[in-house]
Amino acid sequence: MSKKTLFDKVWDAHVVSSIKNGPQILYIDKHLIHEVTSPQAFNELEDRGIPIFRPDQIVATADHNTPTINQDQPIEDALSRNQLAQLSENCKKNNITLYELGHQYNGIVHVMAPELGVTQPGYTMVCGDSHTSTHGAFGSIAFGIGTSQVAQVFASQCLLLTKPKSLRVTVNGKLKKGVLPKDVILYIISKLGTNSGTGYFCEYAGNVFEEMSMEGRMTVCNMSIEMGARGGMIAPDETTFNYVKGRKFAPKGEDFAKKVAYWKTLPTDDGAQFDKEYHFEAEDIEPMVTYGTNPGMGIKISEKIPKDENPSFKKSLAYMNFEAGESLINKPINYVFIGSCTNSRIEDFRVAADFIKGKKKANNVTAWLVPGSKQVEAQIIEEGLKTVFDEAGFELRQPGCSACLAMNDDKIPQGEYCVSTSNRNFEGRQGQGSRTILASPLVAAATAVEGKIIDITKHLN
Amino acid sequence: MEKFTTLKSTAIPLNIENVDTDQIIPARFLKATDKKGFGDNVFRDWRYHKDGSENSEFILNNSKYSGSILVAGDNFGCGSSREHAAWAIVGYGFRVVVSSFFADIFKGNALNNGLLPVQVSESFLINLLNRIESNPNTELEINLQNQRISIVGLDISENFEIDAYKKTCMINGYDDIDYLINNKEQIEAFEAHKIY
Repeated sequence: MSKKTLFDKVWDAHVVSSIKNGPQILYIDKHLIHEVTSPQAFNELEDRGIPIFRPDQIVATADHNTPTINQDQPIEDALSRNQLAQLSENCKKNNITLYELGHQYNGIVHVMAPELGVTQPGYTMVCGDSHTSTHGAFGSIAFGIGTSQVAQVFASQCLLLTKPKSLRVTVNGKLKKGVLPKDVILYIISKLGTNSGTGYFCEYAGNVFEEMSMEGRMTVCNMSIEMGARGGMIAPDETTFNYVKGRKFAPKGEDFAKKVAYWKTLPTDDGAQFDKEYHFEAEDIEPMVTYGTNPGMGIKISEKIPKDENPSFKKSLAYMNFEAGESLINKPINYVFIGSCTNSRIEDFRVAADFIKGKKKANNVTAWLVPGSKQVEAQIIEEGLKTVFDEAGFELRQPGCSACLAMNDDKIPQGEYCVSTSNRNFEGRQGQGSRTILASPLVAAATAVEGKIIDITKHLN
Repeated sequence: MEKFTTLKSTAIPLNIENVDTDQIIPARFLKATDKKGFGDNVFRDWRYHKDGSENSEFILNNSKYSGSILVAGDNFGCGSSREHAAWAIVGYGFRVVVSSFFADIFKGNALNNGLLPVQVSESFLINLLNRIESNPNTELEINLQNQRISIVGLDISENFEIDAYKKTCMINGYDDIDYLINNKEQIEAFEAHKIY
């Protein structure tokens, strides 16, 4: 029998049929939806008189366009209020489970679905959101789709797709102190660039990922799309099984044991071939920051901004008001955001609280801590982290996508820098004219305390 | 979906790499629940200053350039999966985007909205951008059947790739939903015999 990759095994198990010289019909196990990319798909089906094929395989949440304060009160902005009302109405009409604003399971789609055990190894999962790659941390094929495809999955629980090529990124060795999963993925993207993964599905392998928590693996897989890859995957193992076990929608009892037996067959066979392979050493990675307007423009925190004559590169530095050859250390920063589907899980807030404990937020800094879900929020309070944040002068807000894409009121003002644990530093991403510096929750917490970027490596040693 | 066979038009050169979908349509415009009106806000923050005045330096505001073809730098459409980006480009009046590289999700979204992504070689793209920038009246012709893009009146052309199935869909105005729904029996049979 031919050697197969993790990706091959999951993909091949979901092919309904193949069109000659064309795409394949791929079956989708779980479809996640939210308020922003679903309304037009519901309309499309309604206009064409097509029913939703498998409503029980859809899970909905409200996250992108939700306020992060006063969630118990009506939303002020009429357009946002209408969009959420539409989601509620569409879900009700079509018997789709919705965890709406304020529900104990509400949260960012890529945080709440794994928490509830909706995400499981070996599944195919889609959502009208490019960071759906997050769920690949469980060894599932998970990827973002457009609204036309949301409508296709509504209508048939399937998509027409051409099988992507395979890519493997291996990182072995021992990570240095203060180097977090976010730094690992920012480092990889800085080395490979923003389009190296386009047309590929990426598997992350090596002891660095094997030793990572599920939260860390989700951070890594989340940013696969930032190097162009439609999805990222990590082989399921005991860490994965232990995380899934006991969650609301996880298989129970004997069923769980049967599933685990199947999940254990999924890891890539020894000797399986990838279309492209990259190898990195853990020891080469340091805490990272970005200096430009795409996630590939990252450097080690101790490095200087490189020189490049490319006009797009120069345009990017001009937008950021940075110069080639400059260091970011000691740059005054007035905004810090810890949140987003990349870094808003309990572990991220533990890291931040651990650093912040006993210190005070710098006076010049506005810091927003936005948990990924109601469950994370509850856990922050339960573990006493909220007290640490309160005492240090930080504001813990309510769950949602928040300042990651600034669709709600959480916007960074024009010209201001924000050290952010989110995933995109595009022009204006966090508000018109805002300037984003991507970093780990540790670097973000340190920036908030110091009021400027510091060399965290020196601080830890 | 609108059919696409051939198109002859002047083009607008957007000589910027890594144009992400946040630039094509910023998130604050994603609150609509229909597909209308996104064209008004395409490239909003490049087209207009924060006070709402027009940015005369941005190419879409330069009256020398017009047409229903957008010629853009490498890695066009990266970032967010928002299909609103394709709706915005179509809404503005473009039928074709030419680049040396397209992000996956954007490419799929474009094809699902009758917007043809034409991927050309880097050298061809540079040639195109130079010629359009120096002569805004340069006309391009795109022939989907022959999978060929050419500069009208000059012996300069290149073939482009497109998935055979997607090509048929574009030429006939079909979309994937029709195809999938016609295969429901097969899908139900698959569900009954899943191996996982």
